[in-house]
Amino acid sequence: MTIESEDNQGDEMETTASKGSLSDIAAARLQKQPGNSALGVGLEARGVHAWFGEKHALANVSLDFWPGTVTALIGPSGCGKSTFLRTLNRMHEFIPTAAMAGEVLLNGEDIYAAGVDVTKIRLKVGMVFQKPNPFPSMTIAENVLAGLKLAQLKTENKDDLLEECLERAGLWAEVKDRLNTHGGALSGGQQQRLCIARALAVRPQVLLMDEPCSALDPGSTLRIEETISQLSSSVTIVIVTHNMQQAARVSDYTAFFLSDGGPGQMIEVGSTNEIFSRPKDERTENYVTGRFG
Amino acid sequence: MSIIEKPVTPKPRKPWAATPVDRAKTGGIVLAALAVSFVFVAVTPMSGKLAYAAIFCLAYLVIDFVVSFVKAGRPAAVDSFFRGLVTTAIVIAVMPIVSILVTVWVRGHKGLHWTLFTKDMHSNSFTDPIGQGGLLHAIIGTFLLVFFAMIISVPIGILTALYLTEIRGKFTRPIEFLVQAMSGVPSIVAGLFIYAAILIPFTKTVNGFQGSLALAILMIPTVARTSQEVLKLIPSDLREAGVALGGTQWRSVALVVVPAARSGLITAMILGVARVAGETAPILLLTGGSGTKNYNIFNGSLGSLPNYVWQAFAAGTPESIARAWAGILVLLVIVVILFTAARILGNRKVGKK
Ligand SMILES: Nc1ncnc2c1ncn2[C@@H]1O[C@H](COP(=O)(O)OP(=O)(O)OP(=O)(O)O)[C@@H](O)[C@H]1O
Ligand SMILES: [Mg+2]
Repeated sequence: MTIESEDNQGDEMETTASKGSLSDIAAARLQKQPGNSALGVGLEARGVHAWFGEKHALANVSLDFWPGTVTALIGPSGCGKSTFLRTLNRMHEFIPTAAMAGEVLLNGEDIYAAGVDVTKIRLKVGMVFQKPNPFPSMTIAENVLAGLKLAQLKTENKDDLLEECLERAGLWAEVKDRLNTHGGALSGGQQQRLCIARALAVRPQVLLMDEPCSALDPGSTLRIEETISQLSSSVTIVIVTHNMQQAARVSDYTAFFLSDGGPGQMIEVGSTNEIFSRPKDERTENYVTGRFG
Repeated sequence: MSIIEKPVTPKPRKPWAATPVDRAKTGGIVLAALAVSFVFVAVTPMSGKLAYAAIFCLAYLVIDFVVSFVKAGRPAAVDSFFRGLVTTAIVIAVMPIVSILVTVWVRGHKGLHWTLFTKDMHSNSFTDPIGQGGLLHAIIGTFLLVFFAMIISVPIGILTALYLTEIRGKFTRPIEFLVQAMSGVPSIVAGLFIYAAILIPFTKTVNGFQGSLALAILMIPTVARTSQEVLKLIPSDLREAGVALGGTQWRSVALVVVPAARSGLITAMILGVARVAGETAPILLLTGGSGTKNYNIFNGSLGSLPNYVWQAFAAGTPESIARAWAGILVLLVIVVILFTAARILGNRKVGKK
């Protein structure tokens, strides 16, 4: 099997997004095969646990992310999806009470190993937050290029990079005439795409997205889903979403998380098609069919 | 052409605004309260403007409460009572400030003369008629004192605030406590500290810089605490976004957090300046009060506005007292100009290149 061209995926989205059940939508997405070597070996979580103080928030999650795929994390609120996501680029340790156990391998090397430069990890594993958070003191252009300044990277041609990132985030056409106005003056959906462009500018290998569309209208959501589909050939994407339709539309693999009062666990992972059509676990089935709880 | 009538746009109204009847009622209560206060002052031993004001407020609250109670019942009466109480409190809080401003203007404008801003006092005495000599030397002195105090205290204050909000190390609690305690230090104590630590053992004479040091001690807690409050308001989202882009904490603070807080930090700085611009005690102790222009803060006696005011009052003639009030007026105006400048600087939008 070969990796599809981007155009193909785009068309497919258009035709499948509107009709059918979740499993139909997912089934219609052809399986992409891992193996784009330019993207590195991938990201693997091995037996990851997470704590906040005494509270055990996440237990024993092992999950592989193939290069060039989109993986959706689904599950009810409070089951540890965000916590897990934040262990993948070491943002978890930003919370003072946080602790963790297990390994996260990026290209085969543990990002929690002693002596690892955490800023390099976060350069390779970028993040888009739930609430759009453009830097208020910067213009649109400065926002996109902020990562270069923060991480002290050099580029040959800033203008090209600026255009490329905004183009990839699907925002170029809307902002190209006002690159020097400030980022807060954009709509919520545009701000979120600006944040995606900002994350892309440092050329991450993996992009983590925590409910990137939860604050957006359907139009902006669709634009961002298109963006994700276009990006997925060049970036490995992990996306948390509460929207089953969205998971079915954009992801290749889906992992279901659940907490039964104790720490959150990963119940099941599989191709998105399988999870939505014939899940192995009864709890997964209840959740994806809406009979949960 | 068209024969269809244009749709009529209704006139905008405010159905919730007070009707003439409401206003008449309020006016009636005010009149009644006034009457009560006159009667009280007449029949009781109380007297003076303050008595009128106090009884008027009380009477207004009581009558308003009773009227609302009769018309609309208890909840409405309590509501209106508290509204009255809060209004009264605001008036009481603002009264001294307004009274100070009015007094300064009324007494100070007589002493104003353009020579104030062009001449110093090296060949005049405070008892000379207005129009001879001026306070240019004092304006220069105050400017130098405050400027150097600012140069010392703003970096220290903002770095302290950054330590407290961004680094949050082991010493956060004790330092926070210390900063709070320091903001209560009386200015004379700061003056005496510099006097004992620098003037006596080393310089053995007055100069401006010692005054700046004492003012800096007073400014640091104000700058640090205000900056800390401002930095706390910056959403942690922004810090996380900066770090998630591969910045170190230091770069993320310097490039994202501080610029986002810029206008607030400028306000913190100005509040610090306003806190010390009129400080008198440490200045009297440390800088001397020369009547001649002195541009060198490190050498020689340095005049300043508070010192000028103090000396002018001490001279005690009508001319010198008029000079003193004019000095106070100039000081107030300088502080107001600083505040306005800070607002304008702080509110300037980004993205103008
Ligand atoms: N900063 C924190 N301090 C303490 N406990 C936390 C913190 N953040 C999250 N938790 C706890 O960890 C558990 C997992 O939270 P997490 O945010 O990962 O859930 P989630 O699956 O992302 O939920 P949602 O879908 O609502 O975003 C929850 O029980 C939550 O209460
Ligand atoms: Mg979450």
